[in-house]
Amino acid sequence: MTTLAAADAPLLQVGTLTKTFGGFTALDNISVEIRKGERFGLIGPNGSGKTTLINCISGALKPQVGSVVFCGENITQLPPHLRARRGIARSFQIPRPFRSMTVLENLMVGLDFAAAGSAAAEEEIAMSILTRMGLAAKAAAPSDTLSQVELRKMELARAMAVRPKLLISDEAMAGLSSSEVDEVLDLLISLGEEDITIIMIEHIMQAVMRFSERVMCLDAGKIIALGAPSEVMANKRVQEAYLGT
Amino acid sequence: MNKRSHSIAFWAAVAVFLVAVLTMTQIVRNEYPFFAGYVILQFIALAVAWSILGGYAGYVNFGTNAFFGVGVYTAVALFKATGAPLVVQIAAAAVVGMTLGFGVGLLTLRMRGIFFSIATIALAIIIETFVMNWRFVGGAAGIQIQRPPVMAPFDSYVKMLFFVQAMLAVIAVATARYIQNSRIGRGLQALRDDELAAECTGVPTLKLKLIACMISGALISAAGAPAAMYLQYADPSSAFNLSYSVSALAMALIGGTAHWIGPVLGAILLGSTQQLLAVTISSEVNVLVLGIMLVLFVVGAPKGIIGLLRPRYRLRAGGKQ
Repeated sequence: MTTLAAADAPLLQVGTLTKTFGGFTALDNISVEIRKGERFGLIGPNGSGKTTLINCISGALKPQVGSVVFCGENITQLPPHLRARRGIARSFQIPRPFRSMTVLENLMVGLDFAAAGSAAAEEEIAMSILTRMGLAAKAAAPSDTLSQVELRKMELARAMAVRPKLLISDEAMAGLSSSEVDEVLDLLISLGEEDITIIMIEHIMQAVMRFSERVMCLDAGKIIALGAPSEVMANKRVQEAYLGT
Repeated sequence: MNKRSHSIAFWAAVAVFLVAVLTMTQIVRNEYPFFAGYVILQFIALAVAWSILGGYAGYVNFGTNAFFGVGVYTAVALFKATGAPLVVQIAAAAVVGMTLGFGVGLLTLRMRGIFFSIATIALAIIIETFVMNWRFVGGAAGIQIQRPPVMAPFDSYVKMLFFVQAMLAVIAVATARYIQNSRIGRGLQALRDDELAAECTGVPTLKLKLIACMISGALISAAGAPAAMYLQYADPSSAFNLSYSVSALAMALIGGTAHWIGPVLGAILLGSTQQLLAVTISSEVNVLVLGIMLVLFVVGAPKGIIGLLRPRYRLRAGGKQ
């Protein structure tokens, strides 16, 4: 029974998380559990706390109240690099490449520091990730010469180089054309098939609907809906939050 | 394999350099070249050491003079108290510089950009004030140093100091080169580009910054340790002179900080120009020339001399030799 329970234990447990900035409450008592291998969509209007929530999960911010438990370990007080080593990787809403490095070197950072291995093997792994992402031809290119879609893909590739159990994608499709959106979405879905749990923040609803097994909608720092994508979309409060009343 | 042949070339060059320096001390009779050369070598060590934190990590340290002065006064205090030989003075200065780097780093490395720089200026002022009121090492009036007898194979103390400073410059360069090619170098480069992204990619940014600050501090203090013996005199306002900070920074930036060779080139160029000007015009013109060159380079060649030599250099910044 215990082994069964361990297998069923959620990968990530966020418990009663509250984050305030001065008098402004960005997250208000958020509790959610995310299963291993789940594809989880996170939506909400601008300023609803989506990025603050994933900042609390990845360690960029520390909440005032509540806990983040990952693989059964309380990581609420850990700095981001230790979370990365435990298998939490993320991309950023506005891409943050290491600009003085090539694409390959960007990935090598993660392989060097988060996923220890020998240098020769590392380059192979980095190349295989880039091939996966369709960036192999750009491996030697300086990262500040990339196009927007290439930057987005490189951010995901760099996150993959951390060898994550949990990948958080923060609006990886913002500003992309619809064919590019499909391209990135296919990539994310294929990663999800490899037992990587993915949290995806996105404003593009078709993408969220196609990608997610469950969707959570935040509004003003509170969870207003959580469930199957179609249920959440049908929810009156979600529609109000997005469209206004 | 490529890396190994680069290493062989590097150490061969180091050996040739040290043999040349040693031979020079045995052949050349005039002491002036050694007197001037010492200063240039000292600036190579300072600029290279500065670039470990200021260049690789992008944390602009204005406290080079603090670490330098601490090196000077560690040597002075030790020499006065125990008569310890030069090697021991230098080693002690390195240890004290490293400890200071650790303490200062812990206090200030959470600050970014200009705030960090200002904090390091404050550090120099605090330590200088302390030394000014420390009677044992002469206080504000300074202290005369009687050089011990020179050791074989050297026939003058300045020649020996020249050789010692050459060794210190080599140690600084070898350390910088090692860091640049190691995992630490890649981590520092990542955190210079984007600290949050580096953290989220697994880079222990605070730890790496501390390591860089400690190594940089140790090397700067070590380079400062022989200065009292060189001048046969030490006083707080020259040992903690802000010009050390400005020079180290300017030399590193003018040379270029993406590669260890940059600060070396910058220090040779600026150091010899300064020596030349000091003889031909006046030592006060130095600062003016430094300022003008810095402005010219910031505008015309923001990546320094190495950026001019190899415009596409940055492409290879990670695979470096």
